[in-house]
Amino acid sequence: MERHFDKDLQALKDNLVRMGSLVEDALIRSLDCIHSGNREAATAVIEGDHGINSLEVRIDDQIIDLLALNQPVASDLRLILAAQKINNDLERIGDHAVNLAESSIVLKTEGLEASFKMVMAMSETVRRMVRQALDGFIHSDPSLGRAVLNQDDLIDDLNRKVFADVMTTMKSQPSAIESGVELIRVSRNLERVADLATNIAEEVIFIAQAKIVKHGLGL
Amino acid sequence: MNHPLNHPLNQPTYKIEARDLNIFYGQKQALNGISMSIERNRVTALIGPSGCGKSTFLRALNRMNDLIDGVRVEGAVTVDGRNIYAPGTDVVELRKNVGMIFQKSNPFPKSIYENVAYGPRINGLRDAKTLDEIVEKSLRQAALWEEVKNDLAKSGLSLSGGQQQRLCIARALAVSPEVLLMDEPASALDPLATAKIEELIHVLKQQYTIVIVTHNMQQAARVSDKTAFFYIGELIEFNDTHVLFTTPGKKQTEDYITGRFG
Repeated sequence: MERHFDKDLQALKDNLVRMGSLVEDALIRSLDCIHSGNREAATAVIEGDHGINSLEVRIDDQIIDLLALNQPVASDLRLILAAQKINNDLERIGDHAVNLAESSIVLKTEGLEASFKMVMAMSETVRRMVRQALDGFIHSDPSLGRAVLNQDDLIDDLNRKVFADVMTTMKSQPSAIESGVELIRVSRNLERVADLATNIAEEVIFIAQAKIVKHGLGL
Repeated sequence: MNHPLNHPLNQPTYKIEARDLNIFYGQKQALNGISMSIERNRVTALIGPSGCGKSTFLRALNRMNDLIDGVRVEGAVTVDGRNIYAPGTDVVELRKNVGMIFQKSNPFPKSIYENVAYGPRINGLRDAKTLDEIVEKSLRQAALWEEVKNDLAKSGLSLSGGQQQRLCIARALAVSPEVLLMDEPASALDPLATAKIEELIHVLKQQYTIVIVTHNMQQAARVSDKTAFFYIGELIEFNDTHVLFTTPGKKQTEDYITGRFG
């Protein structure tokens, strides 16, 4: 039997996919800015964030209505609860994209080439994690969720390594301190995006398999 | 939480057990090999679409089906370990112990007092003071005392629908049952009266074992500890209510509780 409720659920999913693509696009453009230093493109990312924020609020409203008017249970309830968290996680990724874009405007890499190379490698992995988490949601595929979870430790390691390398450089070259701090900030933002992609991946698994896998549970 | 293992050792965990229960109305089989164990001092909800057998199962627990022509029962239902379908069972005694509340409240056309005193009276109780005590205690347990204590001589039929239903609950409690069967007890009531009945169920389960049939799934989720889903005479799934409504084990259950059925 087709339910009227399914149309509302589909509208929620559609908006969440839209939110996902806006956020992914902002992230990719901010990472390109890190590479290119294009100030105009960075400003566009920063200014585009209000669109992400207002879509987040619209999705929140949809979720409140779905819960208040339909009293969902079982898989419907899981989807809606997960959607609420994913919405929040995506909005936070949008904020990190803004931070990355801001860093790109002031970032200088002289003397920090090796660390910068590591950050760029991190950015590739983070980009892939976000893509896989969103694909996992769109296709209800928990295996993509698990693939994301498996990459989070790699990012944590790289973040620590970047921090250590930049610290070493700053100690020997005080002139690199300003750039070094900014590069650490970039690395830290990437690490946070990876965490949020991991959160989304956990929700993808929760929707599909009703399993709570956060904090290493049930893996 | 009232865990079955917390009960005294001399009491079995299960108040009621159905074993391979088949019920036929003439040629038509209404229940198909139901085995189910109902825990004491818990609320067990029976849900499922119309004609699924949930009310037949409920009525089987105090042999109310005996009153329907052409009914045949196979298998066993035990209450406190005794098979209620065994020859020689005192059905009147059984129904005192396993009381029933119906969908439509059915007070006798008598005073509020007499409605509650009726059961103890026909059981031979004559002492006025004891009767007064039973009436007050039963009406208090049914959360009706404060509303009617000054109008006990008024007709039971003068009460509102929700009050009439609580009067029927008080009437059932007056004969000291251990089990209360409720067949859609709130389906004819407004939301406020429904909420009062649901609150009452929460309180009553401390003393009684309650089995409730409801078409309102949110109600089943709110009031019960265990939920059984019936479909076409079969028990499809029986689980803790919080599990059944969050992660049902069977697709048929999921389809029913999410409204995808049909």
